[in-house]
Amino acid sequence: MSDESSRLEGPLPPAALDDPHLQPLARHPERAQAIAAVAMVVGFLGFIGFGIAYWVTSNSQWQAITLGVGLLALGFGVIAWGKYLMPQGPFVEERHDFHSSEAERDAMTAAITERGGMVVKRRKLLGGLFLLGSTAMGIVLLFPLLRSLGPKPAKDEAATGPTDTSLFDTNWKKGAQLVTVDGREVFADDLEVGGVLTVFPKGFEGSSPDQVILIRLAELGPNDPPYPIAAPGRTEWGVQGYVAYSKLCTHLGCPVGLYQELTQQLVCPCHQSIFNVNSGAIPEFGPAPRPLPQLPITVDSSGLMKANGSFDQAVGPGFWERP
Amino acid sequence: MIDKTIDKSLRWVDDRLGVAKGGRTFLDKIFPDHWSFMLGEIALYSFVVLLATGVFVSLYYVPSAHEIIYHGSYLPLRGQRVSEAYASSVGLSFDVKSGLLMRQAHHWAADIFLGSIAVHMARVFFTGAFRKPRELNWIVGVSMLILGIVNGFLGYSLPDDLVSGTGIRIAYSIIESIPVVGSYLALFVFGGNYPGNGVIIPRFFLLHVLIVPLLIMGLLGAHLGLLVKQKHTQFKGKGKTEHNVVGSPMFPTFMAKTTGFLFMTTAVIFLLGGFAQINPIWQFGQYEPFQISYAVQPDWYMGWLDGALRVMPSWEFVGFGHTIPLEVFLPAVIFPGLIFNILLVWPFIESRHTKDLAYHNLLDRPRDRPKRTAAGAAMLMLLGMTFFASSTDVMANFFALPLKSVLWFFRFAMVISPIVAYFVTYKICNEMRAAEGIGKRKRAVIIERSSTGSYSTVETEPRPGDGHEELEAIPVPAFIDMVPPELATGEGVRRVMR
Repeated sequence: MSDESSRLEGPLPPAALDDPHLQPLARHPERAQAIAAVAMVVGFLGFIGFGIAYWVTSNSQWQAITLGVGLLALGFGVIAWGKYLMPQGPFVEERHDFHSSEAERDAMTAAITERGGMVVKRRKLLGGLFLLGSTAMGIVLLFPLLRSLGPKPAKDEAATGPTDTSLFDTNWKKGAQLVTVDGREVFADDLEVGGVLTVFPKGFEGSSPDQVILIRLAELGPNDPPYPIAAPGRTEWGVQGYVAYSKLCTHLGCPVGLYQELTQQLVCPCHQSIFNVNSGAIPEFGPAPRPLPQLPITVDSSGLMKANGSFDQAVGPGFWERP
Repeated sequence: MIDKTIDKSLRWVDDRLGVAKGGRTFLDKIFPDHWSFMLGEIALYSFVVLLATGVFVSLYYVPSAHEIIYHGSYLPLRGQRVSEAYASSVGLSFDVKSGLLMRQAHHWAADIFLGSIAVHMARVFFTGAFRKPRELNWIVGVSMLILGIVNGFLGYSLPDDLVSGTGIRIAYSIIESIPVVGSYLALFVFGGNYPGNGVIIPRFFLLHVLIVPLLIMGLLGAHLGLLVKQKHTQFKGKGKTEHNVVGSPMFPTFMAKTTGFLFMTTAVIFLLGGFAQINPIWQFGQYEPFQISYAVQPDWYMGWLDGALRVMPSWEFVGFGHTIPLEVFLPAVIFPGLIFNILLVWPFIESRHTKDLAYHNLLDRPRDRPKRTAAGAAMLMLLGMTFFASSTDVMANFFALPLKSVLWFFRFAMVISPIVAYFVTYKICNEMRAAEGIGKRKRAVIIERSSTGSYSTVETEPRPGDGHEELEAIPVPAFIDMVPPELATGEGVRRVMR
C-alpha cells in the first residue's frame, strides 16, 4: 500500500462520540431539532402551496409567496441543522506551498528553452514562416468576422455605394413633404402656438435619422415677415412662425422630446441637454456640444409644409469623420 | 445497507477514476466561518437562479425586430404594431403562467448578482485577500464583474421596450464616439446607421444567452477551482496561522449551511420577483427611435456610466477635419476603461508599493492598512457620486432644485469627495489603531460603597460569549468510534486513518 502511505500520515487516535469537536453548537439539541423540523415542514407546505397556487390561479403573488416561503423555510431548516446540530470543530487543515521545488522548476524551464531551442532556433526559417502564415490567417479571418457585420461609413457626403452608409445624409431634400409618423401630411394651420410635432420626410415615416421636431413659435400668416430667428442667416429657414430641428440630440442621439413652451427650450430627457429653440437651438446647458441642425422649411400654396432643402451638416452625435 | 451500496459504487468509480484520495480531501476541505465569506456565495447562487430563470424566459422570448400586430391579453396594446421581441416579452409576462414571476426573478437575480459581486469584491479588497498567491483569482473576479455588467446591459436591452431601446441608442453613440474606428464599429455592430437593419436584437440575444454566459461560466469554474486549490483565507484568531485553515468541514457542516443559503437566496429573489415590480415593459411601450420618456435611468450597475456622461462638460474636440466627441468618449470609454484597469492591476500596484512579496493567507483588518482602506473608500466615493449623478433630473424634481445646481454639485462632489474620503478614512484607521482594546467589549464595573464610606470597584464576570474558550483545532476525523476510546484498540475496531 505504498500509494496510500504517501498521503496518509499514519493512524490517528479514533475520535470518540463525546469529543467536544463533534458536539453540536446548540445548548438544547432537541429544541434545535424541533425548530429545524418545524421549518422544514413549513417549507414542505410552502412547496405544496406553490403546486396548488400554480393550478388554481395565475396570480404571480400567490406563486411567489408560496415558493418564497417554501424555499425560505426549507433553507432555514437546513442551515439550522448544519449550524446547530452538526460538528463545528474547530477543525484544521494544513496548507501546502504551491510552488514546486527548484529542481522541478529548472527542469520545466529547460524542457521549454532547450527542447524548443533545439527545434526553433535551428529552424528559424520554418518558425518564421509558421508565424507569418498564422498571422496572415488571424488577420484575414477578421474580414468575415467584422466586415460582413455591416456596411462601412461613406467617406464623405458623396453618393453612397451599395456597401456604404452615409452618416451625413438624411432623406430630407428640397420639396420633401412633412408628414407625421402615420403618414399624415402637415399643414401650416395644424399647430397652435407652442405646439410641437415630430415629422418625417414623406415615405420615410419612423426613420430614426430623419426625425425632425416641428415647433410653432408664433402665429404668423403667409404674408407676415418671417419669424426673426436669432441664428444669423437663417431668417428664411422658418415659415409662418414654424421652425424645424433635427430631433436627434447632438450628445448621444436620444430624441429631444421635451419642449418647454414657457422658456422655448427643448430638453433631452437622457442627459438633460437644453437647447434654445429661439436662437438656432444652441445648447444652453448639459453635455450636448452642438446646436441641433435646423431644417429649412416652407409652405406651398395649398398650405402644405415642405422641406426647403436638407440639413447643412450631419445630424446626431459626433463622430471621427465629421469635419 | 446504504453504507454498503455507497462503498460498492465508490469502489467502482475509484477503480476507473481514482477519486477516493482527492474526494476525501475535498470532503474534509475546511471552510473558515465569517459572515463576509458568504457574500460571494450570494453571487454564485444568484447566478444559478439567473441560469435557471434564463432558460425559462428564453423558451418564450422571440429575438426578432420583425413587426407584428399584438394580439395578446394586454388590452392597451391590442392591435398595435410591435416587434416580435416586445410582443413576446409582454406575452411572457401576461400569457405564460408563472412567466411574469420568472421574468421579474430573472431581472432581480441580475441586479443581485452584480450587487453581491460588488460587495464581495469590496470584502476581498478591504481585507487584502487579493494578495499573493490570489492575484489571479482577483483578475478572474474582476473579469466576471465586467462580463456581468455587459450581460446585464445586453439582457435588459432585449425586450425592445422604450427604456431599453434608449439604452441601445446611447450604446450606439458611445461606440460611434471612438476616434478613427468608431463609425466603422458602430455600423458593423448594428448592421447599418442607427437603428440598423434589425440585426441588433438577434445579435444581442446570441451574446446574452450563449457567448457571455459561457465566458462567465468558464471564469466561474476557474474562480472556484483556484479557491479550492489555494484554500480560503481566514481572519486572525486562535490557532489560525499562515499555514493552516481553521473552520468547519465541507461535509457535512458547510454543505448543509451553503445548501440552505442557496435556498434562502433563491427565496429572496423569487419574493422580489413576485412582489417588487421591476422593468414593467408594458408601461414603457414599444421602442420607437423618435419617442422617449422622462426619467430614463438604466439598471443600477450602469448608473455610474450614465452619471459620468451627465456630469461631463460639453468638450467636443473639432480640428484637422475631424471630430472627437470627448464629451462622450472620455466619460463612457476612457473612464470605465481606467476604472476597470486600475481594478485589474491593483494587486500589482499594491505589492509594488509595499514591496511585499510574501504569501498571505491571513486577512487584514481594514484599519491595519490605512492607505489601502483609504484608497478603497475614495474609489467607492467616486463611483457612488457618479452613480447618484445619474439621477440629476429626478433629484432636481424631488428636491425642487434647479437642475443646474444639482449638476454643478455633482461636478464638484465627484472631484472633492474622493479626496475628502481618502483623508478622513486614513485618519479614522489610524485613530482606531491607536485606541486601546478596540473591538473588545468592555466589562461592566460594579462600584461599591462600603459602610465606612470608602469606594471599591469590582470587575464583573465576562459577558456570555466574551469569555468563550475556543477548542484546539483538530483534523477532521473520518471514522467516529462508537465505543469508548480506551477500548478502541482491539481487533476489529476501525482505526481513524488520515
